[in-house]
Amino acid sequence: MGEPGTKEILSLEELEAAGSFRTGRKHIVSILVENKPGVLTRITGLFARRGFNIDTLAVGPTDDETVSRITLTLDGAVQSIDQVTKQLHKLINVLKIRDLDPSETMARELALFKISADGANRAEVMQVCEIFRAKIVDVSKRTLVAEVTGTQEKIDAFERLVRPFGLVEMARTGEIAITRGRTET
Amino acid sequence: MRAVDALMECLKAEGVDVVFGLPGGANLPTYDAFYDAGIRHILVRHEAGGGHAAEGYAKATGRVGVALGTSGPGATNLVTPICDAMMDSVPVVFLTGQVRTELLGTDGFQEADTIGITMPIVKHSVMIQHPLELPRAIHEAFHIARTGRPGPVVVDIPTDLSRADIPYEPITDIHLPGYQPTTDGNQKQIRLAAKALANARRPVIYAGGGTLDASAELTELATSDRLPVTCTVMGLGAFPASHPQWLGMLGMHGTRTANYAMDEADLIVAIGARFDDRVTAKLSEFAPHAKFVHIDVDPAEISKNVPAHIPIVGYARNILPRLTAEYRALEPDPSRLDEWWHRIRSWQERYPLSYVDSTDSEIKPQYMVQALYEASQGDAIVCSDVGQHQMWAAQHYHFDKPRRWINSGGLGTMGFGLPAAMGAKVGCPEATVVCITGDGSFQMNTQELATCAQNGIDVKVFIMNNGYLGMVRQWQELFWDRRYSQVDTGQYPDFVKLAEAYGATGLRLTDKHTLVDDMREALVTEGPVVVDVRVAPEENVYPMIAPGQPARNMVG
Repeated sequence: MGEPGTKEILSLEELEAAGSFRTGRKHIVSILVENKPGVLTRITGLFARRGFNIDTLAVGPTDDETVSRITLTLDGAVQSIDQVTKQLHKLINVLKIRDLDPSETMARELALFKISADGANRAEVMQVCEIFRAKIVDVSKRTLVAEVTGTQEKIDAFERLVRPFGLVEMARTGEIAITRGRTET
Repeated sequence: MRAVDALMECLKAEGVDVVFGLPGGANLPTYDAFYDAGIRHILVRHEAGGGHAAEGYAKATGRVGVALGTSGPGATNLVTPICDAMMDSVPVVFLTGQVRTELLGTDGFQEADTIGITMPIVKHSVMIQHPLELPRAIHEAFHIARTGRPGPVVVDIPTDLSRADIPYEPITDIHLPGYQPTTDGNQKQIRLAAKALANARRPVIYAGGGTLDASAELTELATSDRLPVTCTVMGLGAFPASHPQWLGMLGMHGTRTANYAMDEADLIVAIGARFDDRVTAKLSEFAPHAKFVHIDVDPAEISKNVPAHIPIVGYARNILPRLTAEYRALEPDPSRLDEWWHRIRSWQERYPLSYVDSTDSEIKPQYMVQALYEASQGDAIVCSDVGQHQMWAAQHYHFDKPRRWINSGGLGTMGFGLPAAMGAKVGCPEATVVCITGDGSFQMNTQELATCAQNGIDVKVFIMNNGYLGMVRQWQELFWDRRYSQVDTGQYPDFVKLAEAYGATGLRLTDKHTLVDDMREALVTEGPVVVDVRVAPEENVYPMIAPGQPARNMVG
């Protein structure tokens, strides 16, 4: 790659190759933070500065009211995410960080799908919902809303199946996760 | 009492003896409290000057510096010093005024999102949400700024909250569950490092800014055997430059000896240093034969750029005495270093720092630094700006003690020198404080001459005036076919007249034969002095590792 401060002209291909951080390896990072203003911004800022794209982000309370849990998922990086987690540790309001191993982790996401379902295909949509153990939480003349819980992959699959019926809109929470067995997340 | 009066009590409890700042609308209450708080306040002419002054104070004394600005532009003017303090790990607490809470987020007059703007460049920051939080926030700010890896902390105080009447009780307990820096170093790792060092045949100690408060311990380790030492531009003075085991500074404009030693070393002990790109040069060819012991208080530095074989996290001052003890206990054979020293000495003989002196009375910039070293008997606190003069000062002014060399190493902030010198002089009133600057850098915070003149802050400014933005000109000459684009400053303004207008003494020196004597005179002239030293305009800083090259290919 071109050296800084010299007049060498860089090709776009070279620049793009060097700037590509994605490998496809997914990370689920679980972060316990003190419940203080601005914490989330500091955390997302650290990822952004290093070129990581946060895929999903979920924030909620824990059993301790002064502590919140942030769960975020990332598409992995050429460089390990160690450098980011070390930087996260340096944030004063961050208490604990775990880069969760997918095989040791239960991850779940909740999604709401508003699907076109007028007369003709309603039964078929409801059948798909049943297979996915999706709950129908709202019905109108032309649409119904299905609530589905599961892994990211399951929700992706559900989406693929209902899309042909006409997907009006969809909302997903992003995954939350907890480790299997006795080990603490 | 008012929250701002509590703030004064907190500052006193933290031992603050001086602050640098500039009032405005949003921090009027704070300034009212300063009126009779009994804390020295130095009124600067630009918040950036105040911020750098607080840095200079902190770098010279090792204590936490304090800088104040009002909301909006006051705070944005502090952004550069905040970032500078972050890059060089300088403990500074920045207190910024903020618009009253009901105006927050409404684009109120002089409103800026100070916390948002500064978030990526602070060690920590907090906006006060309730007046009762203020005292604890202040003490936490000082604690965070000075402990672990030091750095800047911003406390943003909405003006209405600062006027609230609050009960004040001194706070003595600080408990931050998310902030527990590791300071002691793991004994097993220390033992491993001692063993590696005892087995090394070509060791080098590479010390950075993190050793400035571990100078005695560093020297003790190095001299417990004949371990060669090099320092980064931030670490100069941590190991005495007059010591026979000193290799000189390393890096882009370091000595050949230091860089060659790193290149051939079999073990590098990095202490409070961070393998910056100005040190490693071409990273993939950096120190190809070496294993690395990396001692640093910041775990995020370990293996960031160069993988560490033996990482040790903690304060150098805690770790080095134990490393020395473990090393001594192994009774390493000192003769194993004979061959290494033979090689080092041959580099030192072949490649001393040198330059071609003029044959007439023209002053070469390198000679200017040597003359200043002689005139000040090598005993000044030297603050520098950024550019060629900075590198020449680092090369030719030899520092035997820590905290005598104050520069902006990480961010490379032009305009740092004069205000930093001002802060250093306030912190160390007994010391001779000089600022070596360039005609470009000096003009980026010249206004602080007024602060120096008004407060009798006795700094001696030596401008290396070559009429160019010299470092950029050098790169354009060497790497961009001499296409000098926007680097000619035309030797404006007349610095002598400028100095006089500010109430300082102005001098112009052009003759190398009388230079040392003239400088001596400048140094004993009372009050702030600005010396415009006309130097050879197109001199280059050598030796140099050209961009993209490994250290062994140094030129010049």
